[in-house]
Amino acid sequence: MKAPVLKTMEVRLTVNGQPQVWTIAPGDLLLDVLRREGYFGVKRGCENGECGACTILLNDKPVNTCLMFAAQVEGCGIVTVEGLADGAKLHPVQEAFLDHGAVQCGFCTPGMVLSAKALLDKCPHPTEEQVREALGGHLCRCTGYRKPVEAVLAAAKKAKRPRAAKPAEVTR
Amino acid sequence: MSGMRTVVGKNVHRVDGVKLVTGGAAFTDDIHLPGMLYGKILPSPHAHARIRHIDTRKAKALPGVHALLTYQDVPRVPHTTAGQAWPEPSPYDTYLLDSKVRFVGDRVAAVAAESRAIAERAIRLIEVDYEVLPAVFEIEQAMAPGAPVIHDEPDSTKIFDREHNIAGYILREIGDVEAGFRESDLIVEREFRTGRQQHCMLEPHVSIAWLDVNQRLVIRSSTQVPYHCRRQVAMILEMPVSRVHVIKPRIGGGFGGKQEMLLEDITGALAVASGRPVKIEYTREEEFYMARSRHPQILRMKMGVKRDGTVIASQLTVLATTGAYGSHSTTVQGNTGSKVLPLYRAPHMRFECHVVYTNCPVAGAFRGYGCPQGFFAQETLVDEIARELGIDPVEFHQRNVIRLGDIDRLSAQLGEGKEGLPRVIRSCGLPQTIERGAAAIGWDRRRKPAANGNGCRRGMGMACAMQGSGIAGIDWASAFLKINEDGSFFLQVGASDVGAGADTVLSQIAAETLGVTLDKIVITSGDTDTTPFDVGAYASSTTIISGGAVKKAAEKVRAQVLEVASRMLDAPAETLACANNEIFTTCACRKSVTMTQVAMQALYREKTQIMDGASHFNTDSPPPFCTTFAEVEVDTHTGRVRVLHLATAADPGTAINPMQAEGQVEGAVTQGLGYALTEELVLDSAGRPLNPNFLDYKIFSAKDMPKLTTILVETEEPLGPYGAKSISEVPINGVAPAIANAIFDAVGVRMRKLPIRPEDVLRALGAKQNGGEQ
Repeated sequence: MKAPVLKTMEVRLTVNGQPQVWTIAPGDLLLDVLRREGYFGVKRGCENGECGACTILLNDKPVNTCLMFAAQVEGCGIVTVEGLADGAKLHPVQEAFLDHGAVQCGFCTPGMVLSAKALLDKCPHPTEEQVREALGGHLCRCTGYRKPVEAVLAAAKKAKRPRAAKPAEVTR
Repeated sequence: MSGMRTVVGKNVHRVDGVKLVTGGAAFTDDIHLPGMLYGKILPSPHAHARIRHIDTRKAKALPGVHALLTYQDVPRVPHTTAGQAWPEPSPYDTYLLDSKVRFVGDRVAAVAAESRAIAERAIRLIEVDYEVLPAVFEIEQAMAPGAPVIHDEPDSTKIFDREHNIAGYILREIGDVEAGFRESDLIVEREFRTGRQQHCMLEPHVSIAWLDVNQRLVIRSSTQVPYHCRRQVAMILEMPVSRVHVIKPRIGGGFGGKQEMLLEDITGALAVASGRPVKIEYTREEEFYMARSRHPQILRMKMGVKRDGTVIASQLTVLATTGAYGSHSTTVQGNTGSKVLPLYRAPHMRFECHVVYTNCPVAGAFRGYGCPQGFFAQETLVDEIARELGIDPVEFHQRNVIRLGDIDRLSAQLGEGKEGLPRVIRSCGLPQTIERGAAAIGWDRRRKPAANGNGCRRGMGMACAMQGSGIAGIDWASAFLKINEDGSFFLQVGASDVGAGADTVLSQIAAETLGVTLDKIVITSGDTDTTPFDVGAYASSTTIISGGAVKKAAEKVRAQVLEVASRMLDAPAETLACANNEIFTTCACRKSVTMTQVAMQALYREKTQIMDGASHFNTDSPPPFCTTFAEVEVDTHTGRVRVLHLATAADPGTAINPMQAEGQVEGAVTQGLGYALTEELVLDSAGRPLNPNFLDYKIFSAKDMPKLTTILVETEEPLGPYGAKSISEVPINGVAPAIANAIFDAVGVRMRKLPIRPEDVLRALGAKQNGGEQ
């Protein structure tokens, strides 16, 4: 006898620090479920893992949610761009994006901000090359990347960590 | 004056910045409507076919399908999808749904269903019997006698010559080019080809439509042109305009691709048919071939000069394809002449163009709007001529380019699909853009290409360009302002911020004029129910035209503020000034009231709403100018071109927000870089797209970028608000020719086809080695 088709399942996880239980279909994409749950900062840009607009941090690592099933995140911790600000106080990367004119249409911004945060968390004083590597998976059609790169370097500099920070001068 | 400005000219944060960096639900798709259905379009698999029979029974029987439309179910109203002012100069050659399909991706049918999966299944269950017709994909073949006629339907209008697939034809001449060529010491004529570039805005086209409680059709859409959209949808669905409400939320990039009524009509039709909210969102793949592209062109350019480098005559003959429908066909191509040739002060100019239908995906508006093609030809040719004459290209440009006080007479002949208006150059920073760009790239250190050990050679090139700021005599906008109790103002504009920062710039202009801080301006934009008319975001018009309307409205409202304040301060209004949320006497006694006090006085004592609106248009289109310098490295073993540095100096008039203006330059330059080297939608021999995704259609990423230098050369334009012209389009125009010229400087081969692919460079290098023609 054929096994019964599993119509729905439950997934337990935390999103932006809040424990959640999702009822999902096994084939649901993580991107679709997050948007359904109201995390609109997770953008649908290509559904092919090519543009980076749907990026979240999954256990602190940037991932493309269009390439994952929601069923894969059981027990995980997810951070979306909605979870970065502390109340009205923006995350330093968000603040720097505004200060440096790194936001134009804003569609790719959540993904870039999250990848930048992930970079700075593990590498507080990145070189420009490291920043470009970290943003390399995010296509942006508006900015030419100069101002986003400048913003991430400026956020790193502003963090005033013990070691001397690299200047925020962007060369390309 | 500029020293006294407190908001204009400052690098303020975007007024919509916080919601964008925090992931606020700002975009079209960021809502859930109860009962919303998913719409899906069945695209044609054939480039040219007639629908003999279409059987929808299986699809309609699928549980969860609520509406299915074919050409048999909808009104047949010829129209254009081009989001242009009425009467649109583009041919009326498009139908909501038709019994004939004209390119791979053309609409065959549309469904609305309870889930995306059901909609996709339903589409596959539609059985279509096609009579496949011969198709034509190349421009020259489409014009040849005996070619299949793409628009043989009798009810299309405004097509120039349907028998020969010619959507539009343009011929304009000033002076006498033949006489000019006879006077010339050197004449060079070359052919250029340009590719099918895609907009690739990160947010694909998306529309959500529903009938509201009053049975009015509401369309929330990613559009640059909410007002044109409203008018066109009403016409196509045969509804009164008053029954349609278009809302433009935040837009994830447009670049001209959303200056198009693309999904709004079919989404609206499905909403009406199903009685439920319906969303249609293009997938990325659909976006590549079912949306719009830049017009591919074949350009033949001929220029005659004196031995000293003076340009005497220039002639540009263009064959362009608009694909299967003529969206923006004559207007884009008109710009290829009118905004390109007048860069040089030649007394004799001639521009001729055929815009041709092919069974290819449809072209449309795209940043630069015909200019990137034209400047690629012209600036590559000029580089060749300058070298032939032994004149430094920088020097050649400085001698020949348009100057302050010049009158561009070609523009008078080439308006938006009709006679235009002469352009008078009232502000011109072009010479400074050449100088400062040259300094930034280090033009002086330009050296003869010398091979290094690894076979890579370096070179530099340059190109100048201009554009317009709004369409003279056509583009217009309006704005409305009213005061609130706290001394803030609601600013309502029909202008469409598509991500370029219009809401911020318009708020800055209002704040500056009213003498309030930026936080006192609350802007609402792009909603046809609540904001006054605006043609929309295109033709580099928003800052100068919509900004002009905002400034006028703010001046009228300021006058009302001063009247109230004059009664409060017992001083004549002429002696009062506004700044920093205060109104004060300019005499030594300096009495003042706050804007809040004025608001309370007006609203509760004088029983008056301080409010006013204004409309604005220009009879001229002041050109912004730009010079691009490129340094490249060419690998002679592989043909690979690596751009090392792009230095761009641009004259936007006054930069209302310099940081945003720089962002516009850098974004445009990056799109120009892709246009030059990597971007082209490739079709197979049956007209099917081969690379409709971001892996195979390559746009530059942060890792691929060369060094960018951005220089703003500010001038004061008398026709612009606070001296502003425009900036968003002009910097894209010079990138491809500057790179092509740098490649020649490096390795001595002329690249005259875009994109410049490694195999083309390698082939040219091989031909050069074999003594072939260059």
